[in-house]
Amino acid sequence: MAGADVDVGTELRLGLPGGGAEAAKAGKRGYEDTIDLKLTLPTGGMQEDSAGKPEPAADKAKRPAEAAAADPEKPPAPKAQAVGWPPVRSYRRNAMTVQSVKIKKEEETEKQQPAGAAAGANGSNFVKVSMDGAPYLRKVDLKMYNTYKDLSIALQKMFSTFTATGKIRHRNEGKMVEAVNGSDVVTTYEDKDGDWMLVGDVPWEMFVASCKRLRIMKGSEAIGLAPRAKDKYKNKS
Amino acid sequence: MSGAAEEADSPPTHMSEDSPGSSSSGGSGGGRRTPDLRGGDNGGGPRASSSSSSAPPDQVLDNVLESVLEFLTAARDRNAASLVCRSWYRAEAQTRRELFIGNCYAVDPRRAVARFRAVAAVVLKGKPRFADFSLLPDGWGANVKPWLEALGPAYPCLERICLKRMTVTDDDLGLVARSFPGFQELSLVCCDGFSTLGLAVIAEGCRHLRVLDLIEDYVDQEDEAVDWISKFPVSNTSLESLMFDCVGAPFNFEALEALVARSPSLRRLRVNHHVSVEQLRRLMARAPQLTHLGTGAFRPEAPQGEGMSVSELAPSFAASTSIVCLSGFQEVNPEYLPAIYPVCGNLTSLNVSFASLTAEDLTPVIRQCHKLQTFWVLDTVGDEGLRAVAETCSDLRELRVFPLDATEDSDGSVSDVGLQAISEGCRKLESILYFCQRMTNAAVVAMSNNCPDLVVFRLCIMGRHRPDRITGEPMDDGFGAIVKNCKKLTRLSVSGLLTDKAFAYIGQYGKLIKTLSLAFSGNSDLSLQFLFEGCTRLQKLEVRDSPFSDRGLLCGLDYFYNMRFLWMNSCRLTMRGCREVAQRMPNLVVEVMEEQNEDKVETETVDKLYLYRSLAGPRGDAPPLVKIL
Repeated sequence: MAGADVDVGTELRLGLPGGGAEAAKAGKRGYEDTIDLKLTLPTGGMQEDSAGKPEPAADKAKRPAEAAAADPEKPPAPKAQAVGWPPVRSYRRNAMTVQSVKIKKEEETEKQQPAGAAAGANGSNFVKVSMDGAPYLRKVDLKMYNTYKDLSIALQKMFSTFTATGKIRHRNEGKMVEAVNGSDVVTTYEDKDGDWMLVGDVPWEMFVASCKRLRIMKGSEAIGLAPRAKDKYKNKS
Repeated sequence: MSGAAEEADSPPTHMSEDSPGSSSSGGSGGGRRTPDLRGGDNGGGPRASSSSSSAPPDQVLDNVLESVLEFLTAARDRNAASLVCRSWYRAEAQTRRELFIGNCYAVDPRRAVARFRAVAAVVLKGKPRFADFSLLPDGWGANVKPWLEALGPAYPCLERICLKRMTVTDDDLGLVARSFPGFQELSLVCCDGFSTLGLAVIAEGCRHLRVLDLIEDYVDQEDEAVDWISKFPVSNTSLESLMFDCVGAPFNFEALEALVARSPSLRRLRVNHHVSVEQLRRLMARAPQLTHLGTGAFRPEAPQGEGMSVSELAPSFAASTSIVCLSGFQEVNPEYLPAIYPVCGNLTSLNVSFASLTAEDLTPVIRQCHKLQTFWVLDTVGDEGLRAVAETCSDLRELRVFPLDATEDSDGSVSDVGLQAISEGCRKLESILYFCQRMTNAAVVAMSNNCPDLVVFRLCIMGRHRPDRITGEPMDDGFGAIVKNCKKLTRLSVSGLLTDKAFAYIGQYGKLIKTLSLAFSGNSDLSLQFLFEGCTRLQKLEVRDSPFSDRGLLCGLDYFYNMRFLWMNSCRLTMRGCREVAQRMPNLVVEVMEEQNEDKVETETVDKLYLYRSLAGPRGDAPPLVKIL
């Protein structure tokens, strides 16, 4: 395949992988979910999943198989679409729209079911949250939140008494992370395949769909998790 | 049906007139300035004005002539034969079995039935193709009713009707059922206006029905869908083909199962998305002799893990040894795709263009489809998926790659890389439709060299005015290479950044081109001039959003009678130019739709122009938005 995608994230280094190159590559469909969840900082420049793309296709979109184009993010204001362009029959357009909405609904229903006993018609998605060193676990309903930031705030509140510095750090895009000291903690999650992943790599919806439980661990133990996350989700939807 | 265009083992070519084999001429030789109404597929040609005075009448007995003419099937050849002299004209009129009307407004139905007395099949086309892209207002026309009212009394033994882009009401379907007791085949492509009520009337009224093919129609959804499936004859039916994937309403599945069980001749079945894999298995058990199967939703009824497993579905496909054409997969669960492996080796046609498959999903399937000739797919498979196609399907003749996200700003998953791969692997390619966001001249040139048999080349670069993604140049050279190297090309759709140079090439080399579609292209009226003067076989020209003015339009005056139609929208035409055309060409119907403005003041700008040759004069059923000049 032309334009092989050199994944900077697979480099082994101390600390959590970061780097600007990933931002450009990951920016294709607004997968800019990796935000700085350091709660002492405001959102500050990190982009969340662009909710501005209403097309049903965007949610179900697969990553483009070839990433050769060096296209940066799209222009902020799309120009007016011409009627009937591109020339795809309205029959086909309608069929695809109906289909993707239906499939999306069904997938959401499916995903909620294994997520916990509390899953019901209202679609709640409770997962256990453990923290190293804490005497007991908690449960959070992932459906209550729309973004990583919201989740981190909630976790912060739940576990603030257990961290030395009161900070829970998540995936930090675009910044080289300083050497981890013992007092910092990092949030990870176990996904459907049983792998432990760093929270914050993938788009929010994908995370919610695959997260089975959360674990807040010492930063020093979290080294080496992130590369797998990038590789794992690179070719998936 | 125009026989050459319909192949038994491909997805319906939608009554397309693009076919590799039909190079029968009938085109006018010299004298391009004289109106030549013979040149097209118009069923009602005029009598030759000059033949009667010079040559003596032919000595051949009329009935011998008729016997010979029976063997002549192509409309063009028959049109030519009918112009030889009066007795040939009469003999041909008596023996024409299939009446092909490429534009339902080109001739009055009564005139057509008066000439041809022994017709068994009628093919009618209505709206211009750009109606598919929401460019025509509602109620524009192309109602089949006046035709049915003429056909009914004239051809009580009529067996077959095929309609494309026409408005067909439930009452019209009732008229069909009542008028033709021996009716056998109904094919509706891209039609609208009817509902399950009309289908029930057909099922009930046409006891000898063999074919009911509904293809990409817009079927009205009634509040209560009629159980039309139950209306078929209760005894064994003659059904050979039943295609209703475009009928959105749920239907009575048990009735369908029973119908299939009592239709021993059934070979082609396409169901709609209300059919799960469990139900599909039941149907396939009843009809192991199927050759064409539309698989419906291709997902289980129940959520994952509780329904039927893949291994329970695969035996159904293993048992259906005759399947050569698969389609459907309308809500596909990719985990069930392996069930079709048993038939992949026999498939000549596969349509997964309503399924969002990745390259990973597709590759194991396509790697087994060595005999594939027709393949329709979504761009979600990416260049990687197309590479897998290229590596396996060396016999591929037709490829269509549709966009999942049909907007200009979408990312697009396929590119010049995929096109290049296809061109290298599929050397026998004859027809391609390719939507993408990024393309290079080099890839298009490569295809022109690797695939010399191309008859249809339709490339849609979705972003407007997009140049070569590597060189930044216009796409002129790529399309120039296509028209130069692909000597059999009859249909071309262009896109991307194009200057007048591209059209100079097309005019110079595109001598066989019959259908041409342009959008957002060209610099000036020179482009149109090149096309009219150069493309001597041009019959259908569709233009949108291009900088052509009245001057360019008037370049076509000498050629409009040789064409079926010209469509232009959002160009720079004015009423003055269109009026001039109408005045100077009495046998043309010139329809315009003006640019809408809030004041409803008549402006000079023409938003849409549709002109076509016609013996019928201005039609009386145009809605208020349409002005006939």
